[in-house]
Amino acid sequence: MRNYITIKNNETIPFNTIPILKYEEFLETNVSFLKDAHNHCVSYFAFPFQNKLRLICCIANDFKARIKLTSAEIETNAAKVYPSLTACNLNFNMFEREISENFGVKYSDHPWLKPVRYSCSRFDQSASISNYPFYKIDSEELHEVGVGPIHAGVIEPGHFRFICKGEQIQHLEIQLGYQHRGVENLFLLKNNLLQRTLLAESIAGDTTVGHTTAFANLWESLCGYEPPDDLQFVRTLALELERIAIHTGDLSAICADIAYQLGASVFGRLRTPIINFFQNWSGNRLANGLIRAFQNNYSFTTELRDELLKILSAYEPDFEEMSDKLMHNPGSLSRLEKTGVVTFEQAHSIGAVGMTAKASGLNRDIRASHPSLYYRRMDHQPVIKHHGDVYSRTQIRREEIRQSIKYIKSLLKNIPDVESNKRLLLNPKQNSFLISLVEGWRGEICHCAITGENGELIHYKIKDPSFHNWLALALAVRKNEISDFPICNKSFNLSYCGFDL
Amino acid sequence: MIKAIQILRHQGKQFIKDVTKVTLNEPFRGRPVISKIKVDEEALAKICPTNAITVNPVSIDLGKCSFCGECAFQFPAKIKFTSDYKLAANDRKKLIVQEGDDKAIELNSELIRKEIVSFFRGSLKLRQVSAGGDNSAELELNAAGNVNFDMGRFGINFVASPRHADGIVITGPITENMAEPLQICYDAIPSPKIVILCGVDAISGGVFQNSAALNRKFLETHKVDLYVPGNPPHPLTFINGVLELIGKLSRVKR
Repeated sequence: MRNYITIKNNETIPFNTIPILKYEEFLETNVSFLKDAHNHCVSYFAFPFQNKLRLICCIANDFKARIKLTSAEIETNAAKVYPSLTACNLNFNMFEREISENFGVKYSDHPWLKPVRYSCSRFDQSASISNYPFYKIDSEELHEVGVGPIHAGVIEPGHFRFICKGEQIQHLEIQLGYQHRGVENLFLLKNNLLQRTLLAESIAGDTTVGHTTAFANLWESLCGYEPPDDLQFVRTLALELERIAIHTGDLSAICADIAYQLGASVFGRLRTPIINFFQNWSGNRLANGLIRAFQNNYSFTTELRDELLKILSAYEPDFEEMSDKLMHNPGSLSRLEKTGVVTFEQAHSIGAVGMTAKASGLNRDIRASHPSLYYRRMDHQPVIKHHGDVYSRTQIRREEIRQSIKYIKSLLKNIPDVESNKRLLLNPKQNSFLISLVEGWRGEICHCAITGENGELIHYKIKDPSFHNWLALALAVRKNEISDFPICNKSFNLSYCGFDL
Repeated sequence: MIKAIQILRHQGKQFIKDVTKVTLNEPFRGRPVISKIKVDEEALAKICPTNAITVNPVSIDLGKCSFCGECAFQFPAKIKFTSDYKLAANDRKKLIVQEGDDKAIELNSELIRKEIVSFFRGSLKLRQVSAGGDNSAELELNAAGNVNFDMGRFGINFVASPRHADGIVITGPITENMAEPLQICYDAIPSPKIVILCGVDAISGGVFQNSAALNRKFLETHKVDLYVPGNPPHPLTFINGVLELIGKLSRVKR
């Protein structure tokens, strides 16, 4: 008999069908899953269930479009020490740190068991964000540089602690948690659908469409509702538009960080018509209000289609001209190439996802591997680069923008009829489990829900791609000059609030 | 070089000539108007996900409103969101839109401290602090300085060091973990200094109201000079609010 169960993206199953293994078997099974190069860990979490702590591990097979689920039960508040999965595979690193921080689980051989975000429901309430245990090296030749939590620009807070030898970074430790608002707890406390949708919109304000789509897909499946074409169309279109908008803004910020004013201004202004289109469609420049479970308040009319086509045809020549100039400008190339390298081996070992993975030659794209919505009908070929440097991550943005424009143009050829303008009140199924994966512009977004005996949420788990990828930034800057840190950081553009929740 | 000049030429003029006179199109959700039509008020108040609606008579608190528009979808005869983006106020009570009101939200000039106009009219440098913000208000504040909105033309900029700043712009509901850094940053700004709350999360906590992870004590001890509603606030909402605060609006109009 198999000791795991296999499900698809957005497939609701009875919670009790997930096999419960002994912890040792659970560890061995999941570690052995990851020996297959097609597998990676999309989520691994714990929650209190029937006076014990239930561990649930979700390993995605990107080749077969299936997710393998296993679970284990461990005692809460026990003095027992467990062997860690991380000691065998670094994919589990952040997940085990989170479990340990929230529930006080002790691991005997976790190499880096430090707090993750100082959440309000953490096990050890005496631990405070101001006493994070930073890694230190005692040497007269080295010095430390601390940056943050408040940074120079209008951006979110986080602390970066560098250990440098002269100008060269030897080590970077990233400490987050300043943005922790208690989103996951609020998902359980707020019991109305609209409140939960607003929470999903504010998990990461730059990925409103991505996170809200993950939530809406999940909620509909949980209520046994198959979204009709018009809902799927709107979500697919909005996801690709968000990708174009944020990638363009990122190119602007990359130019700004290498002091290339022309690129910064041109890409900055090219983003404006795209997000203004969101405003003309849904009333908000960041698409707040656009994605709703069961319904669509803003139907996509033929006037909107014509407007979007006009915007795109004005965007394309200016974008091509500017990005061509950027990519052939020796001054920019010298700053982008071979800066902030993440090797394929590093990306694979830490379980990187999204753009970060794709820039290092690792093919991870939910649109191709676990497609939902219209992506099931597309033959999506992810853009893959191999150098893993800032240049590769810049190239990915440029090529993904072109790809998204192509997808949007083909979507616009066939706008489905409006079916979903009624408000439905459906209730979630009881005692169920499901996982919802969406490829946002940053990478793989994973929402996971478990319901109880009356169909109420008993656990809600959110994972932003940044949860995997912050470590990639820390590895990328090693042996780089500290003056190149801003450009490295910007090339990843990871989310603080999506990580801190 | 020639290529760069060509690119420059192809951009044309991107800046908005008069940021005080832009018209935004529907369905942009700005200042709501509440009619006097009788509806099931309890049901109306219940819809609001952030408890911004109070009844008898019906009013909407823009400091709590997330501008999701749900009330207007379900009670279209009662509530309508206009495209008026000038929402900023310095009096918290002014953010509450009453039944039958259809007038622009303006700053109460008596509440503006004299030194704000005399010190900052020509130049205002702001330090932004994201205290649990979701990066949406931050994106829009950055946009306020881009070539389209070009807030810099009025001498208003964001600066890196609080020592160079004349005031603080807070986004986000103020988390427990950011409470101390926020206070340290505020203390580092030389006086006189102003406090601006930007976005629904900062003004009332928004959808995060009553979360155990927040610590909003900072607001109990510091006077707020400007409230900028929105989720996130539109760059025009922010720019117009600040211009009015520093007494620059009359010059802009001329």
